[in-house]
Amino acid sequence: MNSRIGSIAFNTFREAVRDRVLYNLIAFVLLLSGAAILVGEISIDIERLVVINLGLTAVSLFGVVIAIFIGIGLVSKEIEKRTLYTVLSRSVRRWEFVVGKFFGLTGTLVVNTACMALGVFLALLYVSHKFERMDEWVLVALYFIVLQFFIVCALALFFSSFSTPLMSAVFTFALFVIGSLAEDLRGFARITHGLGGWLATGIAYLVPNFSALNVISQVAHGDGVAGRLILYNTVYALLYSAMAISGAVLIFQRRNLK
Amino acid sequence: MKMSATGRVNLVALAVLFCSLAGAMAALYAMDRTRRQPVGEDELYISSPRVLRRMSLGYTGLLADIYWTRAVQYFGEQHHGNSGDFRLLAPLLEVTTELDPKLLPAYEFGANFLAPPPPSGAGLPGAALSLTKYGIAHNPDQWRLYYNLGFLYYTEFKDYAKAAEAFKQGAALPVTNEFMPILAARMAQHAGEFDTARMLWVTTYQSTKEPSIRQNAAEHLLALQVDEEVTQLEQVVERYRHQTGRLPESMGDLERAGFIHGTPADPKGNPYQLTMDGRIEVQNPRILYFITKGLPPGASPPQPPRESSR
Repeated sequence: MNSRIGSIAFNTFREAVRDRVLYNLIAFVLLLSGAAILVGEISIDIERLVVINLGLTAVSLFGVVIAIFIGIGLVSKEIEKRTLYTVLSRSVRRWEFVVGKFFGLTGTLVVNTACMALGVFLALLYVSHKFERMDEWVLVALYFIVLQFFIVCALALFFSSFSTPLMSAVFTFALFVIGSLAEDLRGFARITHGLGGWLATGIAYLVPNFSALNVISQVAHGDGVAGRLILYNTVYALLYSAMAISGAVLIFQRRNLK
Repeated sequence: MKMSATGRVNLVALAVLFCSLAGAMAALYAMDRTRRQPVGEDELYISSPRVLRRMSLGYTGLLADIYWTRAVQYFGEQHHGNSGDFRLLAPLLEVTTELDPKLLPAYEFGANFLAPPPPSGAGLPGAALSLTKYGIAHNPDQWRLYYNLGFLYYTEFKDYAKAAEAFKQGAALPVTNEFMPILAARMAQHAGEFDTARMLWVTTYQSTKEPSIRQNAAEHLLALQVDEEVTQLEQVVERYRHQTGRLPESMGDLERAGFIHGTPADPKGNPYQLTMDGRIEVQNPRILYFITKGLPPGASPPQPPRESSR
């Protein structure tokens, strides 16, 4: 990574960490992990399940919210504060600006996820009194959640490169919902014939597939994740993010910033 | 000291905040007292697991946990309130297990509390059977589910052939319980009712961590002991009558004739009573739940007190 991208990424990270909303969300997730313990107490025989399901779902959903709400403002804020012109006038290329912003935001989310994961593991230790071998799969689920954030960040950045923050949030959230229902979309495509079937299949392959990245329920039961799925999910998330970032660069290169 | 304008505004705002909060809470409390039941307690707004699965955006595990907790709380509240109405228990457990087919405690709970008649359960043995079969289809390596299936066939349907088949399948699994092959054999022979029933309840007691299911099993074991002892004592009375040509007047008559040693007592320590017509009765049937023998004529088996399971 060249130094200009590194500088933008670091500044983006620093700015995001300064954002108080971010801290509130982390605190909320930690509270939710605590709530998981209480829910485990009032239910039967599922303390560990509740901690993993509630904890990882909270990590995932709050991470997505952070990704969307910071991602959509990355470009517009710089334009609004007129700092973008200063940055671009200092021999920083537009594509470097976009890529730097992406790395800064994903870095922020990785650090956030690590904090949230710590809360989940502490809650797990509290209810189980010890870690078990199957808990290592929780780390795989967390890795998939981070991959999910990569895609959401890239999409938020893509939409914010040509749209208003509000519309970018709507578009990104809509794609997150559609992507979470990707398996249903594929099921629909399988039973539809003719042009409709081709169209549905095309859309099913075009929208991000978040359902393959969600293994929370599986790891909560201590079931392992196939090595091949880890590889394919990694490749898929990186390629999809690269695609969205490339789209953002293409649009941002042509955008009239005056 | 004179307060500044900003200070006065702050003070008034603070007072309004607390007064409004207290007033809102009081209004809510009054509302709760007016309504017979809190909103949502006995309603299942979305009963389709398919719709719920889509609404969860893939986070089905958490939703299943929420529905499972709701099922447990619902059963506890209905049981505590002595309503005998468990109509939502089956749909709640169905939604739970369809959202997370691997949630084994839900199947165990369903087998134990869906089948028995009210007020101990929902009185839906068919629903319990369907739930258990669904569990086996999704967790074919879990011996407990085959055990529950055999248990249901034996206790609720008296279908010994199907019960034997279920225990046999469970016994053939790589990880199983030592009682499974014995239960399979006993069902096939349909022999030793008390021993078979005892073995079933002992297996239930030993293989569950859930306190309410353990307690239920322990109470059934005590009831079985009473039923067996009363049966044996009544056989002794019959033998005495056959030998002497008259009914014994007291337990002392049986002891003097050498049929029993000492005064037999039930598991709670109360001596069994001999009635004038030669029947054996327990002294306090209200503390011996589920017993079917030793009850006064016309009395129905006593049920445990209504306590919330959690």
